[in-house]
Amino acid sequence: MFRIILRRLLQGLLTLLLASIIIFGATEILPGDVAEAVLGQNRTEEALATLREQMGLDRPAIVRYADWLGGMLQGDLGTSLATDRPVADMIGSRIWNTLRLALLAAAISVPLSLALGLWAAMRAGGAVDKTMAMTTLALIAVPEFFIGLVLMKIFAVELGWLSATANTRPYYDFWQNFRALALPVATLSFAVLAHMMRMTRSSVINIFTSAYIEMAALKGLPKRRLVLRHALPNALSPIFTVIALNLSYMVSGVIIVETVFGVPGLTRLLVDGVSLRDIPLIQACAMIFGSVYILLNLLADILSILANPRLRYPK
Amino acid sequence: MSDATDPIAPRASVFAGLRLTWTAIIAGSVLLFWFTLALIGPWIAPHGEAEIISSTTFAPIGEGGILGTDKLGRDVLSRLIYGVRTTMLLALVTTVISFACGVTLGFAAAILKGWFDVIVSRIVEAFMAFPSTLLALVIIGVFGTSITVLVLTVGLVLSTGVFRVSRALGYDVGVMDFVEAARARGEGTWWILTREILPNSMAPLIAEFGLRFTFSILFLSGLSFLGLGVQEPAADWGLMVQENVGGLFLGSSAALLPAACIASLTISMNLLVDWFQQRQQGETVLEKIDQ
Repeated sequence: MFRIILRRLLQGLLTLLLASIIIFGATEILPGDVAEAVLGQNRTEEALATLREQMGLDRPAIVRYADWLGGMLQGDLGTSLATDRPVADMIGSRIWNTLRLALLAAAISVPLSLALGLWAAMRAGGAVDKTMAMTTLALIAVPEFFIGLVLMKIFAVELGWLSATANTRPYYDFWQNFRALALPVATLSFAVLAHMMRMTRSSVINIFTSAYIEMAALKGLPKRRLVLRHALPNALSPIFTVIALNLSYMVSGVIIVETVFGVPGLTRLLVDGVSLRDIPLIQACAMIFGSVYILLNLLADILSILANPRLRYPK
Repeated sequence: MSDATDPIAPRASVFAGLRLTWTAIIAGSVLLFWFTLALIGPWIAPHGEAEIISSTTFAPIGEGGILGTDKLGRDVLSRLIYGVRTTMLLALVTTVISFACGVTLGFAAAILKGWFDVIVSRIVEAFMAFPSTLLALVIIGVFGTSITVLVLTVGLVLSTGVFRVSRALGYDVGVMDFVEAARARGEGTWWILTREILPNSMAPLIAEFGLRFTFSILFLSGLSFLGLGVQEPAADWGLMVQENVGGLFLGSSAALLPAACIASLTISMNLLVDWFQQRQQGETVLEKIDQ
C-alpha cells in the first residue's frame, strides 16, 4: 500500500513540476521579454540592456527557470512589475480572504450536497429526485455571476438584509461578518452544489444496485446496519473523488464571486495582474492556485486508496 | 446497429426516432429566437451598438429606451440585440475550433494507438491537471486581451475535453464488428475513419457539441465579466453585466437582463441536448455529469 501511495505522491510532484514548466514556459513564448514590457514604447537599446542585466534576463531560460522555481520554494515570489512591491507582501494580506471564502463554502456545500445526493438516491425516480434533477440542470447551466446578482438583488437591494460588498473589518462582530460574507459564500456554494449532489447521487445508486447490497438486504439486515456497515465504506472512495473533482469548479467559482462581491482576495489580485500583464504576479498566483488544486487532488486520491483496499493493488 | 453486417447500406439519420416533447419545443424556440436575432439583429435594433441615446444613465425599464439605459446612457435593448451576435458567434467559433482539434487528435489517437496515443494523451492530461480558468487567465495575461487570443485560448481549453470524448468513442466504435469487417476487406485508415467511425459516432458528438457550446458561452461570458474578454465598445452579454453591476443599487436592471439572457440560452441548450440524448441512447446530460 505504501508503495502505491508513494507512487501517487511522486506523480503529484511531477504534475506540480509540469505545471510550473507550463506557467514559466507560457511567458517565454511571448515576443520580446519582461524588460521590454517594463520600459514600454519609449525605450533605448542601452536602457533595455541595462535592465536585462539587472533582472538577469541575459541568462539562458533554463537557468532563469531554476532560479525562479528555487525562489518560489523559498517563499520569494518575485517583484510585481506594476507596483514594484514584493509579490509575497501583496499576496500575504489577501490570501486569508480567499481561503475563508472557499473554506466556508466547502463547509456548507460538501455536507449539504452529500445529504441531498443521498436523499435523491434513496428516492430515485420519484418526485423529489425529478424536481432536484430539473433544478440542478438549471443551476449547472447558468453562470455564477447570474446566481450572485440575483441573490444580491433580492437580499441586498430589495430586502436590505445582507451586505453586497464582502469587505470585513477586524473589529467586526459575528453578525457583521455574517452580513458581509453570507452572499458570496452562498453563491459559491450554489456553484458547486449541483455538480457535487449529482455525483453523490449516482455513486450511491451505483452501490445500492450492486449484488452484495441486495444480498445483505435479503439476509434481513436492519437498514441502519446495511447503510452504515455495508454501503458507506464502499461509497467513501467515490465521495472523496467527487469532492476533489469539484475543487476545479470552486477555483473558477471563487474568481467570479470575488469580482461580483468585491472581495479583496487573491483571485482579484490575479485578475488585476492579468489585465495589467504583471507577469511575476500572474506566475505567483497561478502557481499558488495550481499547487493547492494539485495537492488537494492528491489528498483525495490518497484518501480513496486508504478507504478502498481494492485500489491498493495495481491492476 | 442493424446495419452492422452491411456497412454499405444507407444509415438511418441521427435524428430518426426523435419525438417532440414540450420541453424540447420550448427550448428549441428560445434557441431559434436568439439565433434569428443574431442574424437580423442590426436591422431591427432601435439604436446603434455604442450610440448614446440619453443623458440619463441607468434609466429604469420604460424610460429612455424600452429596457432603459446603461451606465453611459446607451440603449439596453439595442445592446442586448447586438450582444447576442457577439456572444453566439464567439461561442460557435471556439466550439468549432475545439472540435477541429479535439476530434481530429482523439480519433487519430484511437486509430493509430501506440506512441502517438501515449504522447497526446499525456499532454492533454497535463493540461487537465490544471484548472481551466487558471490556464486561460495565464495565457491571456501573457498575450493580452484580443479577440484572437480569446478565441484560441478558450478553443484550446475546451478541446481537451473533446479529445477525451472522441478518443473514447474512437476506441469503442473501432472494435465493432463492422470496422473489423472493413479492415478485413482491406479498407484504408481514412475510409474507416470517415465512412465507419465518424457516422457511427455522430449522435454522441452532436450532443457533445451542444454541451461544449454551453460551456463555451459560460466560459467566455465569465472572462468578459472579469473584463478580460470582449472589450468595449462592442456589446457582449458578459461584458454588459460587468459594465452595469453598479446600477443594481440604483434600481437599474441593466446588469440582470444580459445575465438572464445568458441563462435562457444555456438552459435551453442543455435541455435540448438532454432531450436529444434521452431519445438517442437513453443517456442524459445529467448522467454525463454524474460520471
